[in-house]
Amino acid sequence: MLEFIVLVLSIAFFFYTLLGGADFGAGIIELFTGNKSIRPIYKAIAPVWEVNHMWLILAIVIIFNGFPPIFAQMSVSLHIPLFIILMGIVLRGTAFTFRHYDTHVDGTHVYYHWIFRISSLLTAVFLGVTLGAMMYGRIDNDPNSTFYLQFIAPWFNYFCFSVGIFVALIFAYIASIFILGEAIEAKQVRFYGILAKRFSISMIIVGSVVLTLAYLYEVPFLSLALSAPISWAAFTGATILLPLIWRGINKNQLQLIRVFVALQIGLIMLGWAAAQIPILIHMKDGNHLTLYNSVAPDATLYYLTIALVVGSLSIFPSIYYLFRVVKFKSE
Amino acid sequence: MDVLTAARLQMAFSLGFHIIFSCIGMTIPFFMAYAEWKWLKTDNTVYKDLTKAWAKGIAIFFAVGAVSGTMLSFELGLLWPEFMKHAGGIFGMPFSWEGTAFFIEAIALGVFLYGWDKVPKWTHWFSGVVVGVSGLASGVLVVAANSWMNSPSGFDFIDGEYVNIDPLAAMFNDAWFSQALHMSLAAFVATGFAVAGLHGFYLLKNKDNEFHKAAFKIALTFGAVAAILIPISGDHSAKDIAVRQPAKLAAMEAHYHTEKGAPLIIGGIPNSETKTVDYAIRIPYALSFLAHGDFNAEVIGLDQIPDDEEPPVIVVHFAFQIMVGIGSLLAFISLIYFFLSWRKKELIYHPLFLKVITLCIPLGYIALEAGWTVTEVGRQPWIIYKVMRTADAVTPMPGIQYSFYITLFVYSFLSVVLIWLMKRQISAIHKDYPILTNKEN
Repeated sequence: MLEFIVLVLSIAFFFYTLLGGADFGAGIIELFTGNKSIRPIYKAIAPVWEVNHMWLILAIVIIFNGFPPIFAQMSVSLHIPLFIILMGIVLRGTAFTFRHYDTHVDGTHVYYHWIFRISSLLTAVFLGVTLGAMMYGRIDNDPNSTFYLQFIAPWFNYFCFSVGIFVALIFAYIASIFILGEAIEAKQVRFYGILAKRFSISMIIVGSVVLTLAYLYEVPFLSLALSAPISWAAFTGATILLPLIWRGINKNQLQLIRVFVALQIGLIMLGWAAAQIPILIHMKDGNHLTLYNSVAPDATLYYLTIALVVGSLSIFPSIYYLFRVVKFKSE
Repeated sequence: MDVLTAARLQMAFSLGFHIIFSCIGMTIPFFMAYAEWKWLKTDNTVYKDLTKAWAKGIAIFFAVGAVSGTMLSFELGLLWPEFMKHAGGIFGMPFSWEGTAFFIEAIALGVFLYGWDKVPKWTHWFSGVVVGVSGLASGVLVVAANSWMNSPSGFDFIDGEYVNIDPLAAMFNDAWFSQALHMSLAAFVATGFAVAGLHGFYLLKNKDNEFHKAAFKIALTFGAVAAILIPISGDHSAKDIAVRQPAKLAAMEAHYHTEKGAPLIIGGIPNSETKTVDYAIRIPYALSFLAHGDFNAEVIGLDQIPDDEEPPVIVVHFAFQIMVGIGSLLAFISLIYFFLSWRKKELIYHPLFLKVITLCIPLGYIALEAGWTVTEVGRQPWIIYKVMRTADAVTPMPGIQYSFYITLFVYSFLSVVLIWLMKRQISAIHKDYPILTNKEN
């Protein structure tokens, strides 16, 4: 049961990274390229916009039902970045919808644009900061320590912010590839092709910074990753895919690169998981929170499993149907 | 402001905000599906335009409901980590089903909004029904989770440990059905009257506008049916609370002294010093009858509740009076509406009746918020009734008042933008269905 629940959780995170990530990334691209990106972005994400964000809700529900101490610990130590993420989700979500379903475009849309763009970037960065804090190992439960050590230090540092920027770049990269796969004009294909390449170069640079900082700050994740063969293999695989994706962009194989990028993101996440799992939160005192010591009782897992089986059986065919209706038929 | 007060205010405000949007998302899809069914049957394009207009409204409200719901699922932990740490595994099951229901709702909404010319007509209609059914199911599941806090079950609490966990028993606790039924009906009453009132407002300007006439009738019929049923469900809830949570019932009624043949207290100002209710109307024996079905039954008063387990009486009492008062008024108006539909059809669009319904726009939601105030404040000082105190569940992080202020600001700002946005939507409709004043007509 535990394995199945973890599998569904991983799938939820994978799809959230891909689809939710494409959506965050769309906002980030708009931030840097301006109004000309709005139309292709709508075409790409508007119909599946709501659905993309359901993955996060699914993941959170699995965590607080199946692994309550993890949820509680994150809520306390990472309260501030999580609150920023939430405000970002609320603001960008409403700005996007308000603007999209508005009756006509006028001057007021400038406000929606900027709220959507800035909060997209902010949310993506702080999602990464939160992830970084789970790896960083400075989360502290000592009630006698200072406010700074309890609520700020676990996430407010160079390492966590480098992870934040890395995640934002991944999202922007996914978004540019996703938009490329839509039926857009040749001029736009060139534009988003260049963007995708720039984002991938930036990912390599920031990724190296993340690793360097991990080394400098003795982040436990680094040594774990170095000793896990699966991590090595997965990260190598993700790197090898990069030139193939560039080639695909040049040769206009726009559907093929979508698959490659999905695979690449999957490999990066696998590489991360192989090093980090079963630990989910690295603690300062060494009492790490793992899948095993945080798991809810068997009875809870049993019913959670039933809910997830029924859920998967109804959600996946429906999503397939939605994508088929709104995506493929329009081409 | 201390952390506990700030956390409670933030939670109350976030819930109060979210509830309005989830109620809209739970009910308008049914109005919309009914309108589309009318269109498919009669081929009258007014119904098609109405369906489209409502669907657009739903899309906007659903997005606000979804993000404010995401916010709440995190706030459970951000504000009440100690509660979630212990309760997550026990009462989380309905949330895992709710996740699925919500997902299906989002997917079906996607098909509905973007599938107009891409899927067969009846498939399209069906996707609208799925939006409604899964929205309603989400609501029922979330309320089931909340009801567990009022009626904790499915575990044993031994030496501070939660053992023998049974999530199924936790979900189907004694309170889930009465709460879920009452809430679902309330969602229809509030939204039905609000939507009808909005369209009624434009009918006042132009009584022959076919678009608003059709909308008014559909929304009001849904709202009125629910408004007539809701007192029955309320009575069921009250009898249930009388047994399970006597402290809450006593606070609702400001019933200070345990007595047989207790009177029903309507209105009045509870005085916690003298333990009396000033300026109230008293109906002899009525409380005993309503709570226990027997005029001479004993109703437990606040005197039997230890002082440190007493809910805030004034808030709960006033909230309860507001809810019942509005509920009764709307039920009465609903009876008039059905009488008119049956005997004097032409009077449904009479300016006076339209004015009454227009004035009802906020009432259902006020009653809804008041009802949740009764449920939540009436449970205090407990977060899990008789098991965990709210004060023991709150986050150790200081400075929650700032996150409360930010939440307050952001949600207030969103509310203003939404109202403005809805005005634009409605004026767009008037391009096709112009509002000519009655004189010009």
